[in-house]
Amino acid sequence: MDLDLAQFHDTFFEESFEALDSMEAALLKLDVGAPNPEGVNTVFRVAHSIKGGAGMFGFKDVASFTHTLETLLDELRSGRMQVTTHISDQLLISVDVLRSMMSSVQRKEPVDMQKVADLQFDLEQIVANKPGAGAPSGAPAGSSSAAVAPGAVVDANSAGVAPGAAVEASSTSAASGGAPAGGGPLVAGLGDFAGGGAAAASAPGKGAVSVGHWAIEFRALPELLLRGNDPLAIFCSLAELGTVQAAANLDAVPRLRQIDAERCYLTWTLRLESSCSREQVDAAFEWAAGDCEVSVERVEASGAPPVSVATSPVTTPTPEPAAVAAPMPTPAPAAAAPTAAPAALAHGPEAPKAAGGEAPKGGGSEHSSIRVSIEKIDELINTVGELVITQAMLSELGRKLEGPVAEPFRSGLNQLERNMRELQESVMRVRMLPISFTFSRFPRMVRDLAQRLGKQIELKMTGEHTELDKTVLEKIGDPLVHLVRNSVDHGIEPAEKRIAAGKSAVGVVHLDACHRGGNIAVEIRDDGGGLDKSRILAKAKSRGLVGANDVLSDEQIHELIFLPGFSTAEKTTDVSGRGVGMDVVRRNVKELGGKIEIHSELGKGSRFIITLPLTLAIVDGQSVSVGGETYIVPLTSIIESLQLQSQMVNKLSGRGEVFSFRGDYLPIVRLYEVFGVTPKARALHEGLIVVAEGDGRRVGLFVDELLGQQQVVIKSMEANYGPIDGVAGATILGDGSVALILDLAGLIRVASRRVAA
Amino acid sequence: MTTNVSTTQDVAVPGSQQVLTFVLGSETYGVDILRVQEIRGWSTVTKIPHAPPQVLGVLNLRGSIVPIVDMRMQFNLERAEYTAITVIIVLSVQSRAGRRDFGVVVDGVSDVVTVNEAQVKPAPDLGSRAATEHIRGLMPVADRMVVLLDIDRLIGGQLPGMNEESAHAAVAA
Repeated sequence: MDLDLAQFHDTFFEESFEALDSMEAALLKLDVGAPNPEGVNTVFRVAHSIKGGAGMFGFKDVASFTHTLETLLDELRSGRMQVTTHISDQLLISVDVLRSMMSSVQRKEPVDMQKVADLQFDLEQIVANKPGAGAPSGAPAGSSSAAVAPGAVVDANSAGVAPGAAVEASSTSAASGGAPAGGGPLVAGLGDFAGGGAAAASAPGKGAVSVGHWAIEFRALPELLLRGNDPLAIFCSLAELGTVQAAANLDAVPRLRQIDAERCYLTWTLRLESSCSREQVDAAFEWAAGDCEVSVERVEASGAPPVSVATSPVTTPTPEPAAVAAPMPTPAPAAAAPTAAPAALAHGPEAPKAAGGEAPKGGGSEHSSIRVSIEKIDELINTVGELVITQAMLSELGRKLEGPVAEPFRSGLNQLERNMRELQESVMRVRMLPISFTFSRFPRMVRDLAQRLGKQIELKMTGEHTELDKTVLEKIGDPLVHLVRNSVDHGIEPAEKRIAAGKSAVGVVHLDACHRGGNIAVEIRDDGGGLDKSRILAKAKSRGLVGANDVLSDEQIHELIFLPGFSTAEKTTDVSGRGVGMDVVRRNVKELGGKIEIHSELGKGSRFIITLPLTLAIVDGQSVSVGGETYIVPLTSIIESLQLQSQMVNKLSGRGEVFSFRGDYLPIVRLYEVFGVTPKARALHEGLIVVAEGDGRRVGLFVDELLGQQQVVIKSMEANYGPIDGVAGATILGDGSVALILDLAGLIRVASRRVAA
Repeated sequence: MTTNVSTTQDVAVPGSQQVLTFVLGSETYGVDILRVQEIRGWSTVTKIPHAPPQVLGVLNLRGSIVPIVDMRMQFNLERAEYTAITVIIVLSVQSRAGRRDFGVVVDGVSDVVTVNEAQVKPAPDLGSRAATEHIRGLMPVADRMVVLLDIDRLIGGQLPGMNEESAHAAVAA
């Protein structure tokens, strides 16, 4: 089977990274005192599926490391070991190491094996030193290759090693392998295998004490082999749980001439001596689910009547196995390894999916989903945008239509407009993702940070299901990280200080997201020490950022922290304090079309609120006409529109015109001058003033007239032309012509320069 | 409004390329046919503030915003009236920033001809490199002389973002 597996690498990496995320989330939720068994199981399954996939693709290091991880996790999930804080920490570190290993492999860079080897050794030690280990056998410590069960993960080397080792060690079990009904040597070989495998691979502490056993009936359906399963592999993994005796039933095997080598005609009766759990037995058959019928019964050591357990979950009705002997046993040792490899592991992609599906991703594991490339979605959004424009154009024309068809035509167009609006909203939502994708990194981050700083901090997150556009989501991550770090590092005080202040020793950092109007509001709240206004003011004054005698309002003082290089932290840690953060935060937020507010009270805590538009692609605008050209002013920038009377205007000598607005004097920006067009109105009282705001400054834009308000799709000017000061982008109007969308902040800058010049 | 470019009777010889020729006043120019995106008639453009004079404005071209350059102004010829037969050739240019589309306003479009490298003569030395930087060469076709243009060099410096200096000039201090 010479598949080019490389085409599957990408999917494997994608799914593995997601699986690692869910593993980390599950580990964080693990309450060390009373671990949730489902959580531990999730973690185990993730490790197991990554191991399987890695083995199939030949990523030996990943597979080997994951195997050690899996061994430890198995001990935990079976209850043979307890979860301790140390173990939990090591597991979290393992997740990091695995992640970086997989990244390196994905980028085809060399893996830092030293770190991996160290951690792997630590993990093995943990398992070896578990309570009740008795005489630690050579098995776990350091010899991960020997510990590899022949069936599950195979690479060329260990395939050679394990069966050999197993066969040699099988002395005592040779006899036990005997028992079967007819068909001697074939079955004895099988028994050898199972017993040998057990000797080589079983964990210490499994004495020869009779502990009761599981009576298993295994009937393979004909497709079992075709689907890449190998009963031998299954039995070997059972052998890891205890001693296995197997008896094969050859009744269904047809004459040699009729044998179809790819069909399985055997059924087995197995006896597994082990105190393992039912889940563990079932897990061995997991890979063959659907291709076999298994019944599992528990028989207790005391000789109590077998407790009949319901048939295991792996049945499928369908075809009777036709006759013929399976190619199994003697070729088995040699063939089993290589065929078991692609066989069991061809099953690989399904297992990770099962594990991935069961380990819920942030938000909606119950809903089925499909991966779509970003380009396809962008194309879709573009096309819908075009549709909107065409529909607007048709509506325009429809208005001018006359004649008998005009009315029905117009009502058809109205219907079209309604449909288009719905379509547009749906398509915009396609790019929306819940903010939990960004929030998910914080529990780990806060935990590590708090530990490092020796503080006790509880992180609360609410509103994780709130959705926003994917691009906005990606870009909001860094600012949020910065703000959370600030809260943890500077906001929350050390425990003693908190207690002295009458607060609880544990500080609370609260992340919240919700929809507000047409925007999304993300809030980071902490009950720490709050911003110290006097210190901020003092620092600003000492830096010359503020005049010595200036009086600033609380709001203005808070705004000071956004200045580049500003920090009142007494010492810089590598976490924060260098003063590079807040200005970048604000810039990033502005680039997303949003804003950030600060509310803080000394001693009580601080709140940072980031408001963002739901999507970057659309803006609500007011169309204005200047000299026959149409421009769009974003509604979020507009405060009011009014008509001036000449007496309301004052000229400031040489520095332009101002008018009075709600107690302030605002400069007038004559848009026709800025854009170099010939206006219809030059006298101020003949046109209109649109009072607008950009970058904290307000101006009055002088325009000829106001046209309608509409939602416009923002098209980039930069793709083919370049950035223009004062212009945020362009849009296409209903008549197909292009209108420029104004950027108030830039516009005000341009206007100021003109006046200064 | 838009026409597709069709090839002529010239058989393409390996080692040669085809150019679309267009007319400006009394001169004929040629551009690499592979760079031609489409040809369309004139329609009103939206002006861009602070643009160089030969950049007339932008047009909506099937969803993208494409700047339009007046070639007569580019070459310092007299300005002409835009009539019903004035044509815009939409070209794609390779610059440092990647591929960009833009349109040029010309008087009219002529044939597609095959360039035979052997026949191309270098641009004459006019004393200034800038004057001929954008000319790949001169080629006789029938009884005309076709000036072969290097589109990347021709328009490269005109648009902000493509030319570092003009970009800095346009952006706020």
